[in-house]
Amino acid sequence: MHMRRMGAVLSIAALAAGLAACGGGGGGGQSYSTVVDKITGANEVVVGTKWDQPSLGLKVGNEPEGFDVDVAKAVIKELAGGKDVNITWKESASSNREPFLQNGTVDIVFATYSITEERKGKVTFGGPYVIAHQDIMVRKDDTSINTPQDLKGKKICKAAGSNSYKRITDPPPDGELDIDATTVDAANYSECVQKLNGSNLDAVTTDDLILAGFAKQAGGNFKVLGQGFTDEKYGIGLKKGDTKTCEAVNTAVKKLWDNGTMKQLLDKWFGGIQGLKVSAEAPPAEGCA
Amino acid sequence: MSTSVLFDAPGPRARVRNGLLTVVGAALVAGALYGIWAGFDAKGQWEGKIWEPFLQWNTWEVYIIPGLIGTLRAAAAASVLALAFGAIFGLARLSDHKWIRVPAGVVVEVFRAIPLLLLIFFIFYVAPTVFGGGDYAFMAVVLGLTLYNGSVLAEVVRAGVNAVPKGQSEAAYAVGMRKNQVMRLVLLPQAVTAMMPAIVSQLVVLLKDTALGYIIAYVDLLNTGFKILPAVFFGSLIPAAIVIGIIYVLLNMALSYLATWLERRSRRSRKTAAGPIVPPGAGSVALAAGMGGAATGAAIPDVGE
Amino acid sequence: MDELIKYAPELALGFWENVKLSLVGVVASLILGTILVAMRVSPTPVLRAAGTVYVNVIRNTPLTLVLAFSALGLSDQLGLVFSEMPTTNSFWIVAMGLSAYTSAFVCEALRAGVNTVPLGQAEAARAIGLTFIQSLTMIILPQAFRAVIAPLGSVMIAMIKNTTVATAGGFLLDAAATMKEVFDTTGASIPIFLGLVVAFMALTLPIGFLTGWLARRLAVVR
Repeated sequence: MHMRRMGAVLSIAALAAGLAACGGGGGGGQSYSTVVDKITGANEVVVGTKWDQPSLGLKVGNEPEGFDVDVAKAVIKELAGGKDVNITWKESASSNREPFLQNGTVDIVFATYSITEERKGKVTFGGPYVIAHQDIMVRKDDTSINTPQDLKGKKICKAAGSNSYKRITDPPPDGELDIDATTVDAANYSECVQKLNGSNLDAVTTDDLILAGFAKQAGGNFKVLGQGFTDEKYGIGLKKGDTKTCEAVNTAVKKLWDNGTMKQLLDKWFGGIQGLKVSAEAPPAEGCA
Repeated sequence: MSTSVLFDAPGPRARVRNGLLTVVGAALVAGALYGIWAGFDAKGQWEGKIWEPFLQWNTWEVYIIPGLIGTLRAAAAASVLALAFGAIFGLARLSDHKWIRVPAGVVVEVFRAIPLLLLIFFIFYVAPTVFGGGDYAFMAVVLGLTLYNGSVLAEVVRAGVNAVPKGQSEAAYAVGMRKNQVMRLVLLPQAVTAMMPAIVSQLVVLLKDTALGYIIAYVDLLNTGFKILPAVFFGSLIPAAIVIGIIYVLLNMALSYLATWLERRSRRSRKTAAGPIVPPGAGSVALAAGMGGAATGAAIPDVGE
Repeated sequence: MDELIKYAPELALGFWENVKLSLVGVVASLILGTILVAMRVSPTPVLRAAGTVYVNVIRNTPLTLVLAFSALGLSDQLGLVFSEMPTTNSFWIVAMGLSAYTSAFVCEALRAGVNTVPLGQAEAARAIGLTFIQSLTMIILPQAFRAVIAPLGSVMIAMIKNTTVATAGGFLLDAAATMKEVFDTTGASIPIFLGLVVAFMALTLPIGFLTGWLARRLAVVR
């Protein structure tokens, strides 16, 4: 009878082990020194995008879709010399883009990833492939906010892991406008938008492309002011030091701008959104130092 | 109604008072529920449009079920590892050798004292520098849960073995068994019976704590159901929270029920000399998941369960 | 070590928020938990059922979700606002969610304590004519509390550690969120992690010792 008890414990353990085993796996395989080698050699790549950002990277069905996703597909196709590459999509939230690149969970990141001096210390950036501007989104019926300066005394959203709010509330060098606005904490921008919709705050401020995605999805509940006051150069995140891939990516991005693919993708995802001004020209490349 | 020793069978006045309390209580509960319902209604949270996604199989197939699998995967892996960790360190703490007992004790006490979320953050950020490449969201969640829950389980194991009356091991030594035989043949089999409810309720805690993975973007039920799903279906945040909440509650209740059943069974059983063990020491998010059920003495029958 | 010194002020401020959350949580969850246990052993079936449902639902929901729901559902949707200042408001929302969550465990611990009070005590109380409320507050609960001091201590320790989940309720000033923010800029820092671990241990270990000592001292001798 002792054995039966032990058997019960063991069988629970075995069951759990079985569950763990069937779910496990991932990662690994042959190692390549650069991502472009992996793409041409193994014909596969792990791409990190946002999964919760409408019109940029949003998981619909089994794969994400959006502007970042389409750019990723186009760039990788270029890197592979026109072949179809086996892409594994992985969610890369703002908070784990750097760790994911550093530890190799993802090979390459297209996730509204602004090139900053600080990040350049940890990540090698290809691109930029597009320039976004920090902008402000308010409820459609709100006429009291027309410029960033109108945010004085209003409630704006502070999403965990994002510094966008600082540009409004702090003076340079950390911030920009030094306006006396109240911040409301939220876990991410989806929550910000939810709170904006429910009148729990007055304005959401971050990159115009991100805002445009939300505005488009919400079907006319919000408007983007179109008062962009910064340049956010969206880069392609690579593991620090992968210059070879970086060069290849830059060539690909230039080609995609030259042949009109980028313009077409921008129109596809961001065409016809009130207030949004999308740049029509290729942003100057940054080099891969 | 189950009779309780805390109050008499009601007389006429008590019946009136009970009736009154019932009405007041029911009114309060109904009032609170109505308040929530009306509040959500005023904000349009019961509109069919934002609930509709949950009626479509596609929503379940693409978001909820993969998330649920992520949750179960992390929970299963962590359970196995935590059980192993608990068994090893629990027995090590019972060792006769001080050089085994003391370090094991330190490890167990330290990991029980660290907030689990801090531990998970730390593993998540430090792992790449130590191990190189890999998917560390999964690893951080599993390892964090293992170290913490394993430490709690180690205490369960220790308490379980200690709960076997001393006479048992004395008798075993008297018939000439060795230390290892006493543990393997006499103490552990009885201890395991006594420990089962505590182990299962700790596993409930573990399953629930997988939700912390959400904060480091591990793809679990909370992540797919509560972050991505509302991003895809605009406005469905509250419905998503409710649906996801129900899934968690059902999942954990099923496990808790298993714990209660095991506990009843072992209390009935005369095959062990040890009483049921209460999960000892600090529980992270939920020390006492099985505590009510594991109480001994049972002066009052479980009400309403 | 340098990172720890550099970021110590921020981390200390964050930790202070955890301490404040803990203080509110201890008081509120003990009160709420006691009310819940009174409901769960009361003669009124409606109250018993309400208490049981509450405890079982809350106990089986991840804290992360409880806090998120408090913030997004109760505060944003139902207009439960404690303060006009958003940060103060989210502090109280998190404190409330944490207390609501912990009270379910306090209730379960106390119920186990009630079960340890011998039948004869309750019977004697009834025999001398005490009402339910009287026998509960004068006879049963005092003994129940003394029987479960150690488990209650564990529940409180768990709650203190749970204050780190405050991020989920939209409160980003606590120590864990601060640590994560610092890690995002510096990378993982072992001194910072250990510093916070020590800080939390400084909070939880004395409670463990104190409740252990009290439990032995106040044990009901039978």
